[in-house]
Amino acid sequence: MFILAVIALFIAMVLVLIRLFVGPSLYDRVLALNSFGTHTVLFIGVVGFLNGRPDFLDIALLYALINFVGTIAILKFFRYRAIGDVRRDTAETDG
Amino acid sequence: MRVIGTAVVLAGLWLLMSGVYTTMVVGLGAVSVVLVVYVLQRMDTVDGDRVEIRLKPLASVGYFIWLLAEIAKSSWSVTRIVLSPKMPIVQHLFSVPHTQKTDLGQVIFANSITLTPGTLTVETDLGYFLVHALAYAPEDMDALADMDGRVSAIEHPKVA
Amino acid sequence: MQAVIDILSWIFIIGGSFFAIVGAVGLVRFPDFWSRLHAVSVTDSAGVILLIVGMALQAGLTLVTVKLLLILAFLFITGPTSTHAVANAALVSGLKPRSSVDRDDADAATQDDKAGPT
Repeated sequence: MFILAVIALFIAMVLVLIRLFVGPSLYDRVLALNSFGTHTVLFIGVVGFLNGRPDFLDIALLYALINFVGTIAILKFFRYRAIGDVRRDTAETDG
Repeated sequence: MRVIGTAVVLAGLWLLMSGVYTTMVVGLGAVSVVLVVYVLQRMDTVDGDRVEIRLKPLASVGYFIWLLAEIAKSSWSVTRIVLSPKMPIVQHLFSVPHTQKTDLGQVIFANSITLTPGTLTVETDLGYFLVHALAYAPEDMDALADMDGRVSAIEHPKVA
Repeated sequence: MQAVIDILSWIFIIGGSFFAIVGAVGLVRFPDFWSRLHAVSVTDSAGVILLIVGMALQAGLTLVTVKLLLILAFLFITGPTSTHAVANAALVSGLKPRSSVDRDDADAATQDDKAGPT
């Protein structure tokens, strides 16, 4: 049963990877990366159930957290060219 | 009062997540709860920015169920677009006024728009959202106005 | 009773896998960035909800279900937020959506190659 879900998620992840490599603009790639992260969270959970070890869910939860923070960090870096504090003048002119 | 509430929530989260109830593990949990509460206390003195959650509990649950039904409906319509050979896309970017008074209400409305596939909040501004639609039809405005009214209805009325 | 729950969770898991694939197919098939955003949100909402609820039904009333529901709540909040962040960053950087509906914008002339019922 879970093997079907694993195969389906695997196919979906390969398709998302195609978009990640092809994607013309930076934002296509960031979008694909974020979607890949969501698929990975589901994949880890389903694989855990398939192996009868639902402890994998801790990893899935952590992956969801890191995926969100990572997406925001990438977007922030490409907008302000800095991950830490943003200088006030660049923030004002860009916003 | 707030400190005790935070500590109880954090301790409950630890107990539910760990699932191991030996003295050492629960003791480590207690230490981390105390540490987190202490850091939060210090952060409060820096900015004093507090999260206020003022929603009607029962009405929120009702709204959530209604939202699930909306997600199901619009997921299906987007799926039909994806799987149809011609992909009938009618993209449109339009502004939707919102009537929520609190920040939380606006966040719920914007996230609900994004959560239903086919519509997506692009920009938030004072008084309106910029919304991008995949398959635009004039009825979309009415549907979004209906959702706006429902979100406003679950806000607590006492908010200034 | 157990059989009913099993069948229900199978339906949920198969539906979730279906929507996950549909989102990925849409991500590859759709012609431009703004439509791809919508394809991703199919996976983010329908796929995630159905798969996690299906797994929770399999797990029953245990701590595993609590973790699954935590993941669901977290993805429910962060999914739309990160989609909104990507869309907003793209808009700010000047990637304008093309519109198939008549608008009186200055740049409307450059965007009528998309077949649509206008």
